[in-house]
Amino acid sequence: MKHLKPVVLAVFALAVSALLVLSGCSSSAPTPAATSAPAATSAPAAGAAAAAPAAAGKAIAIKIGLSAPLSGEVKTFGESTKNAFDMAVDEATKAGKVNITAVVVDDKGDPTEGVNGATKLINQDKVQAIMGSVTSKVTIPVSEVAQANKVVMITSTSTNPKVTVDGKRKDFIFRACFIDPFQGTVMAKFAATTLKAKTAAVVYDISNDYTKGLSEFFRDAFEKGGGKVVQFDSYGAQDVDFSAILTKTASLNPDVLFIPDYYNKVNLLANQAREKGVKAPLLGGDGWDSPELDTKAVEGGYFSNHYSPEDTRPEVQDWVNKYKAKYNVVPDALATLGYDATNLLINAVVTAGSADSTKIRDAMAATKGFKAVTGSITFDQNGDPVKSAVVIQIKDGKQKFAEAVNP
Amino acid sequence: MVDLSYLAQQVINGLQLGFVYALIALGYTMVYGIIRLINFAHGDIFMIGAYVGFFSYSVLHWDFLPGILFSMVVCVIVAVIIERLAYKPLRNAPRIAALITAIGVSMFLEYFTSLKFVFGPNPRQFPRPFEVVTWQIGGINVNSIQLIILVVTLAMLALLQFVVYRTKMGMAMRGVSFDFDTAKLMGINVDVVVSFTFALGSALAGAGGILFAIAYPQVQPFMGIMPGLKAFVAAVLGGIGIIPGALLGALIMGQAEVLTAAFVSTTWKDAVAFAILIIVLMVKPTGLLGKRGTDKV
Repeated sequence: MKHLKPVVLAVFALAVSALLVLSGCSSSAPTPAATSAPAATSAPAAGAAAAAPAAAGKAIAIKIGLSAPLSGEVKTFGESTKNAFDMAVDEATKAGKVNITAVVVDDKGDPTEGVNGATKLINQDKVQAIMGSVTSKVTIPVSEVAQANKVVMITSTSTNPKVTVDGKRKDFIFRACFIDPFQGTVMAKFAATTLKAKTAAVVYDISNDYTKGLSEFFRDAFEKGGGKVVQFDSYGAQDVDFSAILTKTASLNPDVLFIPDYYNKVNLLANQAREKGVKAPLLGGDGWDSPELDTKAVEGGYFSNHYSPEDTRPEVQDWVNKYKAKYNVVPDALATLGYDATNLLINAVVTAGSADSTKIRDAMAATKGFKAVTGSITFDQNGDPVKSAVVIQIKDGKQKFAEAVNP
Repeated sequence: MVDLSYLAQQVINGLQLGFVYALIALGYTMVYGIIRLINFAHGDIFMIGAYVGFFSYSVLHWDFLPGILFSMVVCVIVAVIIERLAYKPLRNAPRIAALITAIGVSMFLEYFTSLKFVFGPNPRQFPRPFEVVTWQIGGINVNSIQLIILVVTLAMLALLQFVVYRTKMGMAMRGVSFDFDTAKLMGINVDVVVSFTFALGSALAGAGGILFAIAYPQVQPFMGIMPGLKAFVAAVLGGIGIIPGALLGALIMGQAEVLTAAFVSTTWKDAVAFAILIIVLMVKPTGLLGKRGTDKV
């Protein structure tokens, strides 16, 4: 009996290590670029075993990675983006010009997961282009990885300027949305002009590049317009108790309260603001755009966004109808930008005529007047498009188009 | 600038926070007092309490009181299982082993519950089982949640004092905390006492979880980390192992956090909270109410 225990332990240890080794080897062996060994985690589109690489005039085979927060504090953003991505890939494959193998990575809205996922996409799955991520705090580090490996990348919704230019221009990185200096100015001008606000309070998450950037741009624009920012306070990522900050806000009684965070935090903030007696209308940014936003708490508030489903342009109505037909919900801005970004990428691939990342990058940079659902896209020298914004009001529990703002 | 009603309002905010920390800190301090173990998984029992409440209120549509009692029962069961599986086998091992196990249990609870087939990693809105009523008293807002937190915490504290000082089991708990081995020799069933202590502490954490989730209506698997850490600091501040010390420490922590956020800077509030821990450990490691015990040979 005495000799049994070490033997049992040894066998157990061997079994565990064997399991670990086997599970580690389960992901696809690296294949050279431009072949199409389907290593998709979830490839709705051309997962079929298309063997030959592209010949001129035939469908270009390309591997595209998607990095999105499919779980975590902004999961509705990721789900919308992936739905749209799938749709765009489907349509492109049916049109026959490209043969896309999609590899999806859940970055959980966390920068570390995002970097790990991007490294895996580039080194293990050998993708030639990346769509993603969604939130700026993940996209900024992921863009560093993509740029270092010279893989062309487009983000659908990350609005912080540092994604494309951080010190110097990261020339492989592009985006399909407007940037925060513009977005902050939009809300500041809206507050000053339409809401006639003279004082504003700003409350933001100090650990989040998106809210920090947007708050600073709002403050600068609001003060330039003659208004006064009476409170500019931050909280931490883990905070759920904002009573101290919001009691201060209530006592200062500003004309508007700007809370440009994501919907989960906004739900907490908005409820507590009302509890503490803040009567001002609440303002926010595109991070509010989610079906899980607590519309009762933010009733009467406004946020800036990339598109409105009430826009009468035919591209928008076509898009709204086909998305509704497939997914049973009206598409939010996340889905719409995801669709536009994926199509921009596919368009660049087709224009370049190859799956080579550098050629795709050149084609992307040269994109002019691309007709996207959210507007006509021409990239400026920073890989950012010049686009209009819309201001949406939350009224009676629903999103209502309030105003369009042109750059 | 100090407007009196503004200060009073912030003090009330601090009290709300302090009482919630107190419920968690009581559990930390009791367990440490009995078996000299800092149960790092305590903050996660708190999280489980909140999730059970989420389930009771949103799926089963129970009222407030049955929900909170059910939560406490589930937390007791979970805690006793953890104690039997993870801590009891290490009772005679060096204390560092039990500490590391506690950290391991904490991480296990957090990551296991964040799996998709358990609770999932996404934050969820917590449905409040009653409507919030706000009263205006002399320019200050007080709402029903704060009142309920106050009442429940004081009730729990009174119950705890009663159990520890007026029941046989309480006497056994005090005996075991005084000297573990002698208590065993005197015929006290220490296993039962230890399990009972865990159960009591976790019931409090479960109640704390529900109250916290009602006050800040969002639950997610990692919600117990910060409050757990702050409650731990509170317990150390008041004197770890001393029950009134946990309440005192928690109230001080709550005030320090809120008043720093209100009058100094919001970015400093966590720094101040944890600086308190460092200063206490340097200046008076046994805590505010702690006595430096001498070991008599």
